[in-house]
Amino acid sequence: MSTELLARLQFAFTISFHYLYPPLSIGLGLLLVGIEAMWLKTKSPLYHQLARFWTKVFALIFAIGVATGIVMEFEFGTNWATYSRYVGDVFGSALAAEGIFAFFLESGFLAVLLFGWDKVGPKTHFFATCMVALGAHFSAIWIIVANSWMQTPAGFHIVGEGLGARAEITDFWAMVFNPSSLDRLMHTVVGAWQAGAWLMVSIGAWYLLKKQHRDFARTSVKIGLTLSLIASLLTLVTGDRSAAGVAKNQPAKFAALEGHWETAPQAAIHVVGWVDEKNQTTHGLAIPGLLSWLAHGDAAAPVTGLRDIPADERPPVHFTFQLFHVMVGIGFAMIGLALCAAWKLWRGSLENSRGLLWLLVISVLGPQIANQAGWWAAEVGRQPWIVYKLLRTSQGLSEVVKAHQIVTSMIMFMAVYALLFAAFIFLLNEKIKHGPDESDLQPTGKLALPLRPTTEGDAL
Amino acid sequence: MNFGSLDLNTIWFALVGVLFTGYVILDGFDLGVGVLHLFVAKKDEERRVFLNAIGPVWDGNEVWLVTGGGALFAAFPDVYATVFSGFYLAFMLLLCALIFRAVAIEFRSKHPSPRWRAFWDRCFAGGSLLSTLLIGIAMGNIAWGVPVDARGEFAGSFLGLLHPYALLMGVTTVALFAMHGAIYLELKTEGELQDRVRTRINPLIIAFILGYVILTLATLLYVPHVTEAFRRQPWFFVLVVLAVLAIANIPREVNRRREFLAFLSSCAAMALLMAIFGVGTYPYLVFSNPHPEHSLTAFNAASSARTLGVMLTIALIGIPVVLAYSLSIYWIFRGKVRLTKMSY
Repeated sequence: MSTELLARLQFAFTISFHYLYPPLSIGLGLLLVGIEAMWLKTKSPLYHQLARFWTKVFALIFAIGVATGIVMEFEFGTNWATYSRYVGDVFGSALAAEGIFAFFLESGFLAVLLFGWDKVGPKTHFFATCMVALGAHFSAIWIIVANSWMQTPAGFHIVGEGLGARAEITDFWAMVFNPSSLDRLMHTVVGAWQAGAWLMVSIGAWYLLKKQHRDFARTSVKIGLTLSLIASLLTLVTGDRSAAGVAKNQPAKFAALEGHWETAPQAAIHVVGWVDEKNQTTHGLAIPGLLSWLAHGDAAAPVTGLRDIPADERPPVHFTFQLFHVMVGIGFAMIGLALCAAWKLWRGSLENSRGLLWLLVISVLGPQIANQAGWWAAEVGRQPWIVYKLLRTSQGLSEVVKAHQIVTSMIMFMAVYALLFAAFIFLLNEKIKHGPDESDLQPTGKLALPLRPTTEGDAL
Repeated sequence: MNFGSLDLNTIWFALVGVLFTGYVILDGFDLGVGVLHLFVAKKDEERRVFLNAIGPVWDGNEVWLVTGGGALFAAFPDVYATVFSGFYLAFMLLLCALIFRAVAIEFRSKHPSPRWRAFWDRCFAGGSLLSTLLIGIAMGNIAWGVPVDARGEFAGSFLGLLHPYALLMGVTTVALFAMHGAIYLELKTEGELQDRVRTRINPLIIAFILGYVILTLATLLYVPHVTEAFRRQPWFFVLVVLAVLAIANIPREVNRRREFLAFLSSCAAMALLMAIFGVGTYPYLVFSNPHPEHSLTAFNAASSARTLGVMLTIALIGIPVVLAYSLSIYWIFRGKVRLTKMSY
């Protein structure tokens, strides 16, 4: 295998493994804010018990997220040194901002969230939880700004020539708000909310099936499902906006997502399909005009086909196509599931619908697979560019790093991550088997003190 | 923000130094606790006390490294690229050690089986020791210089990084972090365990001083460019004097049972040692040995003035806020470790 392919595989492997965790922290972080807010408002000990249990799950997820995230911070330098020199002026500042504005906030207040239960009062604890959730969202902002700049570079100019060339910032805010940042940020964040929300629904549904911890389980499902429903609908809206942006800014990727070869009006979207890259055709079940409508809001508008894009600027079409369709398929399935479960919950018949509960138990995999497939589609669809239209992936490598070094480190990471994943699943399973602590229904330490009367409290 | 004619390159050299100094001081004691974990804490409960001494803060401390890495990438992308691709296997080992250590802290006490705990105890201790050693070796190589070619690419090998000077720096760093960790533990433990921790402080100080004396001698003889700044500006010697005083003050405070002052002295000593290192290496970020003309400096390897300016604005907003809430969080968790059901 070539050094390029190995370096890409290593990056794909380490980032994909890492990306199992941050979306969960973002989603669970938001849910914890909601749960603690409910606890402050209603003073119901059930919410205290919920907060305690989900905090423990959050801690487990966060630890692996941090540990695998350190690798990402340095991997640009180790495997993509030429890329790093080329983009450091622009890309590096987003990464550094992420450290200063997001990671410190998240990890600092995490201490209070996890270990501060008996040391601070309920309002301080709630504040710490808000800061952790905010930090998680900030980190999403900066990393997506950095990645979006690679998709749609803006606010820079190229200085120097040949090997000495590099991108330098001309306008920081144009770099931050490059054409794809906001759309992609919204879509990614709601995807992350789904990851956290469906985890909560899944574990709650499991207890309902096993008829354990009934109050805890019902409340978890209710809160989780509320966010699942909102987030899955928002995923559709933001996904549509994101796709329209891709159509405008990255026509090659857009054509590859749908295996669209011929520039023509009434361009079709495939429900399922198969791309024959050799004969440049796509077979499948297609809805004519929908792609044109999605891209330009007009079914008659032409959409650029892959044949009008130079062969050496086309991404791998079939792979991108399938990744995109997996993501979209799961996205719609999650909306359906959320609507169906919410209806049953409203009618009060969810606990008796065992089939549906089983679906909810496995629902946790849905957003995870869709999030991964979506990212892969975004990254594979950008190929052969590492920075769109500026630098090719093959030009971004570390010149001094040899294939055997990548293989060695790759084997090391695979072994370490396999062990981590096994330990994570084992501990999560233990946690679920153990269930929420009954003693948590009784707040202790400073939390047990009555809230100091406030104007808000007086009004109640 | 417009910073006019400020020497942004030198400021960023110093700021990256500040971030890494923050890392060394803060994660220094976390790593030191890890190095001592198997040797000093014997019973399960003692080990839990060790882990919970750093429990609430190790995450945040590690962020200093991540942010330092990000700042290096943003301010000196050429250095980031050359160092991390050049020290490839060394860094992969470091990352692996840090990962193991991080998850060991989180996983260890989540399951009661003695074999499970023994395994993660070893991961925590081994990961801490290896990380510390590698950090020291990396610093040794930065001081000594590494082969760099005319295009600014690393031209050496992994084994070439393991020369005696770098190894000595590695071992000295282990002694320093272990000393720092022991002093932190003195602050967080009590009773019989604290007595045991206290007996380790002096031997570790002596081990560190021995290493540092030999290292200084070797630096004077073989690494002349690092001593250049002190020859040109004799008042930099104040830093050395202060560092010696800070270290000498540690046993004094320990004897008087003023644990917090002992810890502050240790922090000050580490900050001064980093300052000495920074003054010695400036303006070189990667000194090229044997071809000094290929070196990467704060001037030829930096980002554009505009980016350094934007970054300085970010740092001026961000760092005070970070320091403010970090200090409050340390304040919340002040005092001796108490094991509760939320503990590791």
